[in-house]
Amino acid sequence: MTIGAPLPHDSAPLHVTGQARYVDDVPLPTGALHLAFGLSTRAHAQITALDLAPVRAAPGVVAVYSAADFPDMPDLSPSVHDEPFLATGTVHYVGQAIFLVVAETHLAARKAARLAQITYNDLPALLTVVEALAANSRFEQGPILWTRGDIGAMSQAHTVVQGEFEVGGQEHFYLEGQVAAAIPQEDGMHILSSTQHPTEVQHKVAHALHLPMAAVRVEMRRMGGGFGGKESQGNALAVACALAAHATGKPCKMRYDRDDDMIITGKRHDLKIRYKAGSDATGKLIAVDFTHLVRCGWSQDLSLAVADRAMLHADNCYWIPNIRIESHRLKTNTQSATAYRGFGGPQGIIGIERVIDHLAHTLGLDPVEVMRCNLYAPMGTAPQTTPYGMEVEDSITDKILGRLIETSDYHARKQAIEAFNAASPILKKGIAVTPVKFGISFTLTWLNQAGALVHVYQDGSVHLNHGGTEMGQGLNQKVAQVTAQVFGLDAGHIKITATDTGKVPNTSATAASSGSDLNGKAAENAAITIRDRIAAFIAEKHQVKPATVRFKDGMIRVGSETYDFARVVNWAYQARISLSSTGFYATPKITWDRVRGQGRPFLYFAYGAAVTEVVIDTLTGENRILRADILHDTGNSLNPALDIGQIEGAYVQGAGWLTTEELVWDAKGRLTTHAPSTYKIPAVSDRPPVFNVTLWTDPNQEDTVGKSKAVGEPPFNLGISALMALSHAVSTCGTKYPALNAPATAERILMAVGRMRDV
Amino acid sequence: MAQVAFLLNGTPVHLDNGDPTQTLLDYLRETAGLKGTKEGCNEGDCGACTVMVTDQSGAKALNACILFLPQLSGKAVRTVEGLTGPAGEPHPVQSAMIAHHGSQCGFCTPGFVVSMATAHLNRDRDHDTTLAGNLCRCTGYAPILRAARAAEAAPIPTWLQPEASFTLAQISSEGSGEAEGIPGEGGPGGASSPPRSGTTAGASSPPGSGTTTGPSSPAGFCPTNSDDLADWYVQNPEATLIAGATDVGLWVTKNLRHLSPVAFLGGITDLQHIEHQAGHLHIGAGVTIETLRKAVMANHPSFAELLRRYASTQVRNAATIGGNIANGSPIGDGPPALIALGATLHLRRGDEMRAMALERFFLDYRKQDRKPGEFVAGISIPAEAPALRCYKISKRFDQDISAVCGCFNVTVEAGLVASARIAFGGMAGIPKRATAVEAALIGQAWTLDTIAAARPAFAVDFQPLTDMRASAAYRLLTAQNLAIRYFHDLAGTPVNVLEVQP
Repeated sequence: MTIGAPLPHDSAPLHVTGQARYVDDVPLPTGALHLAFGLSTRAHAQITALDLAPVRAAPGVVAVYSAADFPDMPDLSPSVHDEPFLATGTVHYVGQAIFLVVAETHLAARKAARLAQITYNDLPALLTVVEALAANSRFEQGPILWTRGDIGAMSQAHTVVQGEFEVGGQEHFYLEGQVAAAIPQEDGMHILSSTQHPTEVQHKVAHALHLPMAAVRVEMRRMGGGFGGKESQGNALAVACALAAHATGKPCKMRYDRDDDMIITGKRHDLKIRYKAGSDATGKLIAVDFTHLVRCGWSQDLSLAVADRAMLHADNCYWIPNIRIESHRLKTNTQSATAYRGFGGPQGIIGIERVIDHLAHTLGLDPVEVMRCNLYAPMGTAPQTTPYGMEVEDSITDKILGRLIETSDYHARKQAIEAFNAASPILKKGIAVTPVKFGISFTLTWLNQAGALVHVYQDGSVHLNHGGTEMGQGLNQKVAQVTAQVFGLDAGHIKITATDTGKVPNTSATAASSGSDLNGKAAENAAITIRDRIAAFIAEKHQVKPATVRFKDGMIRVGSETYDFARVVNWAYQARISLSSTGFYATPKITWDRVRGQGRPFLYFAYGAAVTEVVIDTLTGENRILRADILHDTGNSLNPALDIGQIEGAYVQGAGWLTTEELVWDAKGRLTTHAPSTYKIPAVSDRPPVFNVTLWTDPNQEDTVGKSKAVGEPPFNLGISALMALSHAVSTCGTKYPALNAPATAERILMAVGRMRDV
Repeated sequence: MAQVAFLLNGTPVHLDNGDPTQTLLDYLRETAGLKGTKEGCNEGDCGACTVMVTDQSGAKALNACILFLPQLSGKAVRTVEGLTGPAGEPHPVQSAMIAHHGSQCGFCTPGFVVSMATAHLNRDRDHDTTLAGNLCRCTGYAPILRAARAAEAAPIPTWLQPEASFTLAQISSEGSGEAEGIPGEGGPGGASSPPRSGTTAGASSPPGSGTTTGPSSPAGFCPTNSDDLADWYVQNPEATLIAGATDVGLWVTKNLRHLSPVAFLGGITDLQHIEHQAGHLHIGAGVTIETLRKAVMANHPSFAELLRRYASTQVRNAATIGGNIANGSPIGDGPPALIALGATLHLRRGDEMRAMALERFFLDYRKQDRKPGEFVAGISIPAEAPALRCYKISKRFDQDISAVCGCFNVTVEAGLVASARIAFGGMAGIPKRATAVEAALIGQAWTLDTIAAARPAFAVDFQPLTDMRASAAYRLLTAQNLAIRYFHDLAGTPVNVLEVQP
């Protein structure tokens, strides 16, 4: 069995020796040129004069392009054509590209890009959700509103809590910055792009060059991290390279310096959540009212779908009889917020987890008790429906929570923490549990499709290609394991190749945790097609039924004979059997009406839970995670080693989002945290010193590849337990509810401690 | 530039006439074709470009993105490509990283592997410290730590052993004679003439001959003793002095400045000594933060811990205490501790030496009491200061810039505060002594009430700014609270979240 084997990442030997090639490492033909953007320094302004003569005169500069060079301005948007490639008269955020420098070296391009003389006429800039709401600056006509039941039931509640809190954005901080290259062909363009969405890059380049998509080929071997940040944000670089390569006839490459990357590209949507919730005396929810004020930035990008997913996760694991969710998608003069691991889901989940925490605090109950009395009916019982009308048929939160509470020794540790705190005047510990239910499928239903291409060569070697992209998650290895399983081969026998729009067309972004679900199935289907042809061929020769032919351990058993896989393949080749096949997969069962907010947007849910213990310093607000215990649902894991890696990484990234990772804009809309010196992702010592991750491996009840479950995004939400543990620690300093904003930096913790002690 | 000769993965490299501020990273990737070393941030904060650099003092991990080629003169550089054995044998840390799933996207991995291999070579098993300068966004670090631990016991690969006992005679472009330090300056405010550097160095390296380019060359002056630097700098007072380049590097990679003329101070061995003198430590300006950290670990453990958190291993291996002081940054972590210790700063211009209390050096934001052509030669601190405590407050514990750095050195006699030296970074435009707070404490009973009574004095001493690291209100409140922490700390009450065990 190769499915389920804890194999290392297929590229690991290349990673550790420095041999793994990323876009910037690929040698280009001689004469390659290098690109840089000149950026807006104003949040909202008319450009009244643009003097590019000093840029053109700079050493090494070959060409400079601005809006004046594009009467038909190419568009970069993945949604509604609202992102001109270069600013056309008005700039909408600090960091918007105004002109493009083409130079002999990367450094020459960067230096020249700073030399433009730009005169602006400033316009009023909307920077915050409050300002945007007041100005009715938004995407879509008005707020999206979903309701179930009657929120008026709140009046019958024993206890009502309400509040408002801020949830910060998050910079992806993929270690490899955005990069693309274009190599002109005799009749089209070949693009190398660090992108999660090669087809989108192909589409935007074709549009910019006025070429059919068939004339543009996009190749993507691996990214140095994506996390959603390379779903749409790479379009600008690929289009720039294509335009410059087309104009100069030379290969062109563009990579953003880290500061430019952080200033230009979108991040996780930050938002303000307003809530009012009522429960009975046991904490059982009666009614919940949410308002999401989502900061989308200057262009729409993927914001509608992100804000939708926040609404779709406003219930998390809890059945809420009466609920109202109002979502404002606000347009501001800041970077266009974009996809980021969880795609709005974490922003939805954190709202209800805050409500649970607040209610438990007010009722004097352990939050776990409040969680337990609100969980969706467990799998095997009559399903309850989500606020959007989907039956939750697979809820295992009760089991996961029960097991984790036990294995993490939650209750005893909570008692020990109380004893510690009583004896510790300055340092206080806290502990919290967060369960997670995360919906798996793209909410844009048509995206739930994938293709693959498998070749078996006459020597028995197997070449695998599929539409997914490798960004570190180990997708290629998982798909190779699935493919190998079909042929009864070792995974190492499968040659993994770069994602290529010339091999598999019309792919969806590798996003929404869907990579192995979709592409694994597509590759499996392709492999089965070839295997069945081989089986039929060899069965006929041996006068047995094809279904009796076995592919195992690199051998093919037919009747009483056993042959090497390669030997049979060679016979099949000589018998003129096709040994190449595409494969295709479309997710079944899903239907979704996003306007009404009704349907079954997800094939299934992935579950998990985490217990986090923290300590805070009440004099400075300094804090750290002491221990994390995680039990996470992977279904029948395709590769438990890779899945544990996803869970550990997602937890730390999620905890970083809510603790040290603070994005700060100044009053002029300039991002002041635009480098790792000022934007602090977790470092090695920030990982939990005790970190227990266990997989829940009951098979997926849906017919997914190998009965596995998606794992990319769901565990990101487990990081919410760190925020809730901090809330618990702060709560021990007084009697009020801590009402923490996120990220809970040392400063926010200290100020919250101060509020607890105010009389 | 000056001729630069170094070993690159065991092969001698000689370079001439280039840009002296070309970084090693650009050279590796664009000229040498070694693409394994990655650019993650180009400012020394992510570690994706980590290389191993070996000289007579041993093997060190350094960030190639802010390392200028002349800094490598006479050293051996090993990149990720050079960790593998001659027959392709993996280094033990490479094998362990594969076996323990330590790579996901793989982009940070070469930097991690080089940091790990360097620590492995040095038998340094404090992985949280040796890897604090390597950021990974995928793994959550847990598998990397498992790999680092798994490789601990493996022997050092034979192909790396020659560099562990490294001599560079075959490629060195110049003599590097042993030089003496600078003993016996006058007291604070005094002035004296320094003795010239040691005769060996003096004989082999007369002034101006420390480099193959002349003193007026714009290409980069590489003196080997402080006398040569003193002479040259008087003649070239507009020059940029480059020691570790951990800040100057960013002037080039981020501000895109062209620096000329420049002098590289890494070859000035007589400024790289730490000497014990009658109750004091004299620390040469060229002593790296990492060397200083180890030197003060026994007598000033709190200062040593501050220096551990000053920056990553890669940065500490490059940065010098002289650079940290001369830079004048209000958020440098060295000066607050040194001021609290009562450090004396030694400056040199030509043949003139002068000394002053360190706090007097910092006049205003980025303005120091340093004359044209004058450079920081060293600093003297007391060898003992049992009451010194240094507190660094930042968003992240490791490899972060302080929001507030508070250093306290209060002496209590018979229950009363006999003396107090308190200094802060991040609270003003300069590293600054809290004189009003000190005055409010001195002569008072050492109690929490006294500290509470001194709280208003913080606002007299400091009117901090709000920036991306912290608000003014937080800075002031935290500074006040650190005095409370200090009281509890001296009393033995736990005050440090880093010392709390799960």
